[in-house]
Amino acid sequence: MTWENSAITITTLLPLVGALAILLVPKQHDRLIRGLGIAVTGAALVLAAAIAIGFDYGRDGLQYALDVAWIDVIDVRYHVGIDGISMPLYVLTFLLSFLCAIYTWRFVPQPGRPKALIALMLLLETGMAGTFIAFDLILFFVFWELVLVPMYFLIAVWGSANREYAALKFFLFTLFGSIFMLLGFLGMYFRSDPRTFDILQLQQFAQGGDGFSNGFQLVVFGAVALGLAVKVPMWPVHTWLPDAHTEAPTIGSVLLAGIMLKMGTYGFIRIAIPLLPYGAQKYAPWIGLLAVIGIVYASLACLAQKDLKRLIAFSSVGHMGFVMLGIATMTEIGIQAAIFGMVAHGVITGMLFFNVGSIYDRYHTRAIAEIGGGMVQKMPKLAVTFAFVSIASLGLPGLAGFWGEVMALLSAFRPNEALGLNVGLFRGYMVAGGIGTILTAGYFLWMLQRVNMGTLPDRWRDEALDDTTTVEWLAWVPLLLLIVALGLFPRLVFGMTDDAVATLVGFFGG
Amino acid sequence: MIQSIDFHAILPELILSGTIVVVLVVDAFLPLRRRWFAMPLSLLGVVAASVATLTLLGQERETFGGHFVIDGFALTFKLFFLTAAVIVLSLSLRYIREGGFYQGEYYFLLLTSFLGCVLMPSSRDLLMLFIALELVSAPGFLMAAFRKSDTRSNEAGLKFFLIGVLSAAVMLYGMSWIYGLTGQTRLDAVAQGLAGLEGGQLTMAYAAIMFVVVGFAFKVSAFPFQFWAPDTYEGAPVPVAAFLAVASKAAGFAGLLQLMFVAFIGQHEFWVPIFAFLSIGTMILGNLVAMQQTQIVRLLAYSGIAQAGYILLPFALVTADAEANELAFAAAVAYILIYGVMNLGAFAVVTGVARTKSQALISDFAGMWRTAPLLAIGMTMFLVSLAGVPPTGGFWAKILIFRAAVERGGELGIWLAVIMLVNSVISVYYYFLVPRQMLLKDPERDEPMPVPALVTGVVAIAMVALLAIFVLPDPFARIAELSVLPSVALGG
Repeated sequence: MTWENSAITITTLLPLVGALAILLVPKQHDRLIRGLGIAVTGAALVLAAAIAIGFDYGRDGLQYALDVAWIDVIDVRYHVGIDGISMPLYVLTFLLSFLCAIYTWRFVPQPGRPKALIALMLLLETGMAGTFIAFDLILFFVFWELVLVPMYFLIAVWGSANREYAALKFFLFTLFGSIFMLLGFLGMYFRSDPRTFDILQLQQFAQGGDGFSNGFQLVVFGAVALGLAVKVPMWPVHTWLPDAHTEAPTIGSVLLAGIMLKMGTYGFIRIAIPLLPYGAQKYAPWIGLLAVIGIVYASLACLAQKDLKRLIAFSSVGHMGFVMLGIATMTEIGIQAAIFGMVAHGVITGMLFFNVGSIYDRYHTRAIAEIGGGMVQKMPKLAVTFAFVSIASLGLPGLAGFWGEVMALLSAFRPNEALGLNVGLFRGYMVAGGIGTILTAGYFLWMLQRVNMGTLPDRWRDEALDDTTTVEWLAWVPLLLLIVALGLFPRLVFGMTDDAVATLVGFFGG
Repeated sequence: MIQSIDFHAILPELILSGTIVVVLVVDAFLPLRRRWFAMPLSLLGVVAASVATLTLLGQERETFGGHFVIDGFALTFKLFFLTAAVIVLSLSLRYIREGGFYQGEYYFLLLTSFLGCVLMPSSRDLLMLFIALELVSAPGFLMAAFRKSDTRSNEAGLKFFLIGVLSAAVMLYGMSWIYGLTGQTRLDAVAQGLAGLEGGQLTMAYAAIMFVVVGFAFKVSAFPFQFWAPDTYEGAPVPVAAFLAVASKAAGFAGLLQLMFVAFIGQHEFWVPIFAFLSIGTMILGNLVAMQQTQIVRLLAYSGIAQAGYILLPFALVTADAEANELAFAAAVAYILIYGVMNLGAFAVVTGVARTKSQALISDFAGMWRTAPLLAIGMTMFLVSLAGVPPTGGFWAKILIFRAAVERGGELGIWLAVIMLVNSVISVYYYFLVPRQMLLKDPERDEPMPVPALVTGVVAIAMVALLAIFVLPDPFARIAELSVLPSVALGG
């Protein structure tokens, strides 16, 4: 075992080991438990950063790869590795988890029990990170499902009033989708020659002349895409998301929006499209259609929301719509846009949920009407960060949200004609998506107007509402900086993804 | 005719039989407060039988003219049943002692049932199978009614008895036809005999197979012959319910596997649709009814019915292709073994809870997270595993069956896989009812729940086993592979 082939295994499993260690600490040592949470996620982040630094960006293909037999009888291998597409999401996973651990130093929602909260969060971290490095379909599926149970409990135990309903809905929706995905995976295994679950081998098989038959691809792509689409979530299977987000505790929302949704879009880029190119090509116009419906529908829904957190949740549906639109064009630029959009959305929306969590912590309500405006007067720092992140989210040039959306729209202007995608149709999507961006700006500004601006209602005037605290600043500053940095230097992400995406698009004939 | 008997091959059964006699006799000479000695004595016998079984590992033997066989299949199941016996004995000690039951008789009956279980996978003969099955069931009738003062327990015993006798009669009737048609009772000879039949005789053979299958369907509580199980489990003492849900059911499946994959394999085109129907009906009914349960043992009973549906699925995958059959067979074996681990774990938790809350309602689990954290975590894990969600062994159990189904392919294979998938999702709903109570509700009284050390131990071991199976399923899947009956691998 060298650092080269064990680095990502160690990094990915470190949180799991940390979770077990925390379980052994008696619950009286509250500070120690929370400190351990920060230490473990921090150490994992350092390792992830070391991996990112040691990564050779000039070289194509997998790095830090490890491929050993795991379950011989069914040809399942423990094949992990990392490439330019995985890298940004992998690092983001550790960053957001670390920030959540810092946030937990001060904020543990009702009913307390930080030990269980942190242990579950660490388990979640392993599951999410593992999804981005798995190069075996079954291993991917294991990590994919591993996040379900901890997230269920995060929502069901630490959520707000309607938490049990939301948690179960989240679980059943995702499980329902993912079992069809599993069936698709098994189908690919049996139709591949030689039989394998290995994503890279399947990719080569699909590229070769005797790949999966067209009819088979249509069926299996449908099954796999269903599982992925629930997770993204795409309209019309998005309905679990507003409930889950609204009820989840702050760190649950941050991780859910920041990373878990990306598992779905990542699956499209890593598995569904390269392994089943013909199916992808035939489904692409429909995926594009659902994506723009999602964009427009979500922004209209946002205009109608009365609950601040629900509003942010719906905005996620819209932003993921842009990501899916980029993927649906099946072009290099579209997929670049999608990956950038994922990272940007993770940073921005993660931050928005932090903000909303803190706002709720002060006001004990999330109803926009009850907050009633004037936050700038009462808590200027919190209000200004909130405004800054909201504006980043609506896609202001110079901030992170801009590149993903504008490039997704650009790619829709020129979809992959070589694959028979209808240019006129995608230009129509572009126009609809453009209208979506305007609506997005509209609801975000209107929200800011109602929350930040205006006069402070009398009921809050004499309440002692603390402005942003040190712990919050510690958790937020990295994200705020990233929002600016990604906006000014999009190469931070594109530099990682360029080659990998070019190779990938090369597979299905760009 | 004098046969030479291979005593080494039947040593485990001999040891168990000896223990049974000793337990019964010793009980009569013990003072009342020492009667519980029967349990360590039984345990000793079971452990000795396990050691005897281990000495047979890797061997292939047969005796009594090939009616009694030792091979991978037999050894895997014997060890499984003996382990289950250790666990059920451990769960019984405090429960039976504190409940004021007749202890000697109880352990005598329990061991007799397990003797039947251990005999079952070695029986390659219609009559042997029948005897083994009745040896499992008959003491079960009595044990189910062991809580004599409770009318529900009387109901449990009587229902189980009536259904058991009915199913035995139907099965034996079918077997008598098969003997009449083929003149054979040895399973491989029966297969050859059936292969030569045609016309009206073949129709009769089909009817006979139906009878036998129906008899076994009662035993494994498959739809539409499942109605006795929830009432019986609910009324029986909890350790007995654990025995019925795991060992007795697994014994039924062990017998069924041998019959269908050895004796009746040639007629698979006839019985595959029947098993498809049984499997689908069983899983759907079990899952739908389980959702409405308020009592934990009933919930586990319906969950067990649904799980039986999953185990029946590989039977419906049989084709003329030996390799695919092998996969299906191994998948069924693996599922039975993993099902045993998770279900015994769940029943262990119920045994712990039932000491203070004899009704064992689901709402009695409220707040267990605080009153008995290990049991709460364990129960959560067992139920998550039964639902087939990682990170637990139940996940691989389901994957193996899916794989067999997709491997068989064809419309039937795919549809069965899809139906099972949808059912697994439905099952999550009711499996999560219990963790919800344990983790989200407040306990009635916020004080630690007293749990017997043996129960805690069983829960801990089952948890470790499920995690180990999840992380390293390979050795486990290999055991299942080695358990495939040789005749299946050779193509019947």
